[in-house]
Amino acid sequence: MRSNNVVLINEEGLRVDGRRPNEMRPFKIIAGYLSNADGSAYIELGRNKIVAAVYGPREVHPKYLALPHRATVRCRYSMAPFSVEERKSPGRSRREIELSKVIREALEPAIFVEEYPRTVIDIFIQVLEADGGTRTASITAASVALADAGIPMRDLVAAIAVGKASDTLLLDLNGIEDQYGDGDMPIAIMPRYNLVTLFQADGIFAPEEIEEALKMAREAIYKLYEGQKEALKRKYLKIREEVLSSE
Amino acid sequence: MSSTKPFGDILSTIKRESIVTLLRKGERIDGRGLHEYRKIEIETNVISKAEGSALVKIGDTKVIAGVKTEIGKPFPDTPDMGVQIVNAELIPIASPFFEPGPPGEDDIELSRVIDRGLRSSEAIKLNELAPIPGEKVWIIYIDIYPLDHYGNLVDASGLAAVSALLTTKIKNWKVEDGDVVLLDEEKPLPIGEVPVFVTVGKIGDTLIVDPSYEEELILDAKITLAVTSDDKISGIQKSGLGGFTPEVVKNAVSLAINVADQVRKKLPT
Amino acid sequence: MPVYVRDRDIVVPGEPLASQLFKGEGAVYVEKRKIYAKALSVVEIDSESKVIRAIPLKKKYLPAKGDKVIGKIVDVGVTHWTVDINSPYPAILQATEVLPRPTDAARMDLSKILKPGDIVVAKVIVFDLTRDPLLTIKERGLGKITKGTLVQIDPAKIPRLIGKKGSMANMIRKALGVDLIVGKNGRVIIISDDREKEALAILIIRKIEREAHVSGLTDRIKKFLESYGIEVENNA
Repeated sequence: MRSNNVVLINEEGLRVDGRRPNEMRPFKIIAGYLSNADGSAYIELGRNKIVAAVYGPREVHPKYLALPHRATVRCRYSMAPFSVEERKSPGRSRREIELSKVIREALEPAIFVEEYPRTVIDIFIQVLEADGGTRTASITAASVALADAGIPMRDLVAAIAVGKASDTLLLDLNGIEDQYGDGDMPIAIMPRYNLVTLFQADGIFAPEEIEEALKMAREAIYKLYEGQKEALKRKYLKIREEVLSSE
Repeated sequence: MSSTKPFGDILSTIKRESIVTLLRKGERIDGRGLHEYRKIEIETNVISKAEGSALVKIGDTKVIAGVKTEIGKPFPDTPDMGVQIVNAELIPIASPFFEPGPPGEDDIELSRVIDRGLRSSEAIKLNELAPIPGEKVWIIYIDIYPLDHYGNLVDASGLAAVSALLTTKIKNWKVEDGDVVLLDEEKPLPIGEVPVFVTVGKIGDTLIVDPSYEEELILDAKITLAVTSDDKISGIQKSGLGGFTPEVVKNAVSLAINVADQVRKKLPT
Repeated sequence: MPVYVRDRDIVVPGEPLASQLFKGEGAVYVEKRKIYAKALSVVEIDSESKVIRAIPLKKKYLPAKGDKVIGKIVDVGVTHWTVDINSPYPAILQATEVLPRPTDAARMDLSKILKPGDIVVAKVIVFDLTRDPLLTIKERGLGKITKGTLVQIDPAKIPRLIGKKGSMANMIRKALGVDLIVGKNGRVIIISDDREKEALAILIIRKIEREAHVSGLTDRIKKFLESYGIEVENNA
């Protein structure tokens, strides 16, 4: 269906941005990016720029939404109108509504929700610039924001997409590859449990390709996981360094 | 904003116990095999005003889908293709837990999962539906309405959508003076590769297909796979809380491919 | 005896700390005989008593019976006030826990006693997660605060501000000659007529919040005070 003449892999086997098929874009994660929120994170993955903020656990309004034995988790994924080539209308799109749901469902299994009954944990995600793979980068950032807020969790969640072009699996699609490629498979994993908590795909994949894609994603996710941990610790280690060096 | 669902229906502990105990023995409470669908019935052309329609039953789950078509403008990024629009609405008729109001995230997720599965496998040959590229193309609306929710609405909705498409007839046309003129003769909608949707549920270490309503209430996790006739996957959606290890995902994929024929052989010809 | 981390390490949720031959305390959970951190924490290992502790670097205040808290009145009802105690659970202060003797609260205008914005030092008398916490101010040292400066820090850092048996807070009180009311819920009231001393107290509280996870905190605070020419008693 996505028939076109855009060459996504050249004769040397390199991609439009010079990456190899199993190469992730460079990323940067900052924990505690905002001050108002209880927890926050900023992620850059290639040209994606995303901010995630967590408020809570806090009181639920309206009160009838409170669950008696656990915290409610809410999630709002939103794209800024200027984040994409053609201005996106600021209203809620069906895509944003679906992504808010699957992102929540990817993160919620990691949270000890039973520790704060009748409260809500709000996760707000704002995509500032989009270049393929925003839902997965959002999960990686939001998980850091949750931990930064001090929310009790079993594990972090990290995510990446695997796509396909010219019958080759490509790790971490950028915007052009996403637009002109033959398929996209976003995957989120709780690394310690090796549990896939977000898994979607469009395009055609053979069963062996799905298996291979999961392997590729897992490797990248372990790298992101290390980046998440490092980001969360950085602030505190920096203070320690400062304090100890001034003595 | 997406929010944790308040408890809708809660399965009684003793019922849960008996379902889980039976599953451990490889049995299901309604006597089915773990990898067996409930009885599937499809009735097509049930709505004469629609260009295509189907009423699908999987056990007591009942879903109707209708196809309407018209000439309209193409999407700017695909000027030489017809337009496919899928819309599903979880209407309150189908369950005491469905509420009236604008479509919520569950309605939208269902629509989009079916839409992606059909689109990826090229169920509708949209490239044959652009009489005047960039100007006038066919818009194919697929509207899905669950009527009775007894579990596995996704597979039933997908089956209803596909069955309705397979029986859809559109007006033949000619292009005259830069306009599309519809002729007084019908032809079948150009159909490519249609997928069947298979939802695999996980309870403990057991994978089941076609979860019933009661089984759905206690699933640890579920995943829907759109399976093509050549055993490829044209769409995936893990839904709900919980997750799968990559090994179990692999098993779910082969399971879905294995059982897809149970559904495919029921498709209208 | 497997331990996967070192004393004073910063750990994230899901990080393994030790085998279950240790006793886990604080923000930990146990799975398959291993102890894991469940929140962003600093680790404390007591090898002798075989205790491994994850002390959260940030947390929300969960009320507990007997806690002294500093609350802000946010709503006035017919028979009670609603009090913001910097927690996911708003607190209730019944009129009977304020008024001296049995009084017909329904006939009174409670906002004449405490109005929105008023600050109270209160004690939690009941809390069990199923219902909002109840407070009292009918004890010595509790009640409405009429002057002072309110500082809010992360509730996770309050134990360090108090110190062992109150040592840290006492050191600050003595050294600066200020009164310090410390609420378990992350709020501190500084009362002093000396604006410089008050400002210094705020600086110290912020320093404790920022550096609580770095060992040698007490010494650093002493040095900090001394750098301002303030004597600190050694037994403080």
